[in-house]
Amino acid sequence: MRTLMKGNDAVSEAAIRAGCRFFSGYPITPQSEIVEYMSWRMEEAGGSFVQSESELSGISMIYGAAACGLRTMGSSSGPGFDLIQEGIGYIVSAELPTLIVDVVRYGNGLGEIVPAQSDYWQVVKNGAHGDYHCLVFAPASVQEAVDLVGHAYDKAEEYKNPAILYYDGAIGQMMEPIVLPEMKEHDPDQFSWSIKGRGGEPQKQVTSKCYYEYTTPEAYVENLQTKYAAIEKNEQMWESYLTEDADLIFVAYGIMSRTCKEAINVARKQGIKVGMIRPITLYPYPVKAFETLPETLKGVISVEMSALGQMVEDVRLAVNGRKPVFNYATGKMIPDTEEFISYMKNVLEGKEESV
Amino acid sequence: MAKNLVTPKLISEFNRFCPGCGHGLIGKMIAQVLEERGVEDNAIQVYAVGCSCFISTVVKADSIQAQHGRAPAVASGVRRARPDAVVYTYQGDGDAAAIGLSESLYAAYRNENTTAIFVNNGVFGMTGGQMAPTTLEGQKTATSIYGRNTALTGQPFKLAELIAQMPVAYVERCSLSNAKLIAQTKRAIGKAFDNQLAGKGYSFVEILSPCPTNWHMDPVKAYKRLDEVVAEEYKLGVLRDSKED
Repeated sequence: MRTLMKGNDAVSEAAIRAGCRFFSGYPITPQSEIVEYMSWRMEEAGGSFVQSESELSGISMIYGAAACGLRTMGSSSGPGFDLIQEGIGYIVSAELPTLIVDVVRYGNGLGEIVPAQSDYWQVVKNGAHGDYHCLVFAPASVQEAVDLVGHAYDKAEEYKNPAILYYDGAIGQMMEPIVLPEMKEHDPDQFSWSIKGRGGEPQKQVTSKCYYEYTTPEAYVENLQTKYAAIEKNEQMWESYLTEDADLIFVAYGIMSRTCKEAINVARKQGIKVGMIRPITLYPYPVKAFETLPETLKGVISVEMSALGQMVEDVRLAVNGRKPVFNYATGKMIPDTEEFISYMKNVLEGKEESV
Repeated sequence: MAKNLVTPKLISEFNRFCPGCGHGLIGKMIAQVLEERGVEDNAIQVYAVGCSCFISTVVKADSIQAQHGRAPAVASGVRRARPDAVVYTYQGDGDAAAIGLSESLYAAYRNENTTAIFVNNGVFGMTGGQMAPTTLEGQKTATSIYGRNTALTGQPFKLAELIAQMPVAYVERCSLSNAKLIAQTKRAIGKAFDNQLAGKGYSFVEILSPCPTNWHMDPVKAYKRLDEVVAEEYKLGVLRDSKED
């Protein structure tokens, strides 16, 4: 059955239906709807909701509940998302799954509440110190956000690593018709590592894996390298759109990919051969999408709602010098079709400098 | 008639604490209290960072190491995830009263049905004896080499008194300075767990404990200092008992 839902509400409901039974959060625009929705819905589903005194505390509660094997979720934006990084680092070190939602707002520091994609470096590289990545999923629609929630939980549990659902404030705020998944129950005791009191078994310790599990320097390094190599090999997700014969390929994710696709359709009618690679996972970055580039290709354009262009670094690595790469960083603006086409023409006419 | 001394099953055979440190003694009492109530297999211990983190190598209950200061918040998540478990936090004074003050106060404010064991030795022990909020006026530490200047850094911080302002189940300050007070400390720990088992809400036990290493004195002098100096500033006794409301 199709239903009309706001992005943030739909993601919350999808998490409940994936078996999430613990949520802790703090209000910040443009993610507050998640906190509001969870405040009543979690109780209805038999789980626990805590409006925490800070994001530092909220992610800590999530860490505790995740250590007990529950499916857990947290969410924030901007400066609140910064405070979550401490907890993410510890959840990573203890190899626990959780799902964190970053509903991106624009600007440094307090910044603004308008949609943006400028947390790319923070979510894709790592926001806390140390050697790690979170699994990062970047939906381009409310339906895709809903569909990725259950998948993100499965993968977070498979790799014992936090996942981040990363979308701009636009997808968080807009309403779209969606189909929700069926309700699923999650058994927190299914994992050998779930904390519940030792119950006659030897003591279990949830802490950095370097203390009890990977105790030699070699074992610690090997565990991390093996885990992230497997993620990079197996978990890349993307959509390729009209790339086979393209003279130009845009690389865009989230809300940007939708306006970009519209511009591509219009440009194609004007005879400009243009296509798009849309990463769905940002970590692992879908480098496989770039393995075969058309002979005719004149340039790859990374387009993103950030002031500096953050994803372009990964686009350059994926293209690896085979073709020129252009950095179309739009700040807080989403270009309209005319602006996209004008940029395409500039690239084709040699008026834009590659990076 | 003398009782047989039995080593608690939860206690490990070794510990990493310095000679004369109070942590090992407190760990033993926690293990005894849990076992006397038959809940040792149902206990979840949440600790954080600093010397107190070695508690998990001494008390072998299922354990989670929180970020520095965040044990009360982690325990709040555990409390909800495992409603039937016995959940407690174990923290030092730098951990719970400096970096984790917010999490400490809010766990009490929510009246979490948990037990908080707070070990006050007046210094940051693991990092080498720097000044803590609990350091006494004039006390020399690695970051107050001429003695703590309270005009610049504030008076010794009284976390137990702050928590006792809130409608929690129980707050008591105890000391390890002699056998009688150690026995009282064990009674307080026991009561704090009994409250949780009875669903009465948040209980907080502060324990004045010596740090001979960072106080730069032998253990005998350190235990004496607890009585003669520390307990003068940090008065012992029950600060709150909901039964008396």
